[in-house]
Amino acid sequence: MKAAVIVFPGSNCDRDLAMAFEQAGMSVERVWHKDTALPKVDLVGIPGGFSFGDYLRCGAIAANAPICNAVRAHAEAGGYVLGVCNGFQVLTETGLLPGALLRNAGLKYICRTVDLRVETADSAYTESYGAGTEIALPIAHHDGNYFADDATLDRLEGEGLVAFRYLQNPNGSARDIAGILSPNRRVLGMMPHPERASEAAHGNEDGARLFAHTAEALAAA
Amino acid sequence: MKVRVFVMLKDGVLDPQGEAVRHALGALGFDGVEGVRQGKVIELDLAEGTTTETVTEMCEKLLANTVIESYRIEGL
Repeated sequence: MKAAVIVFPGSNCDRDLAMAFEQAGMSVERVWHKDTALPKVDLVGIPGGFSFGDYLRCGAIAANAPICNAVRAHAEAGGYVLGVCNGFQVLTETGLLPGALLRNAGLKYICRTVDLRVETADSAYTESYGAGTEIALPIAHHDGNYFADDATLDRLEGEGLVAFRYLQNPNGSARDIAGILSPNRRVLGMMPHPERASEAAHGNEDGARLFAHTAEALAAA
Repeated sequence: MKVRVFVMLKDGVLDPQGEAVRHALGALGFDGVEGVRQGKVIELDLAEGTTTETVTEMCEKLLANTVIESYRIEGL
């Protein structure tokens, strides 16, 4: 199966995400933000980093980059998209996922490993963990405070679209939300970095299953 | 033609930066600061004849995220 990783000026987790995809057996092409078309892929990864220096708002300028029209079309045609950290911010700015990521409630950049609960097994990304499983993944962000209005939050919870929740909320996120899915469960945005916990040398492999199972599920599809 | 766009977090959206400024003002001895909201001002230098509709579109598409922010256009 094939994956693309979008590269914006200021992306700094694109190689890590590409490595994690490759270790899971995917063939990966990195795609520059000025391109207007995606190669034929099953999965698009939007990496972490500081696209366009976080100018204006995190992810706002990246969300209007030429490649994002193709990413939106890919998602709307039922394609898979995984946005991590800045990638999650980009996905909310494009409107592919609801809500927004605000400045952390404590105003500090937070870089540490946090405990999470997998809230739904109903997605290619989370199926192998099982709902209720507790895992630990690193976070590294200044703007990870998930916000959406109550009606949106109720809908996300009611439809089982909350993918991950923090066990100890580090950033003020509404209802401890760390990651959410699109209604068709193929677009996942999450602030924690599974690619930073995906091989033995990282000292934590809790993220590896996300990539391995996504690769298997998409290859079988 | 100079146009200013004021972007503010909507009421009901927590503004931790504004709160930090409020605390700092209190620490400096300024009493009675009951709330601080921090936003941004964007100055646009536009060709004569640019319409309100066009600037509104700029705000909706890029300058503000209307999920969390409201905006006001001044100078048109």
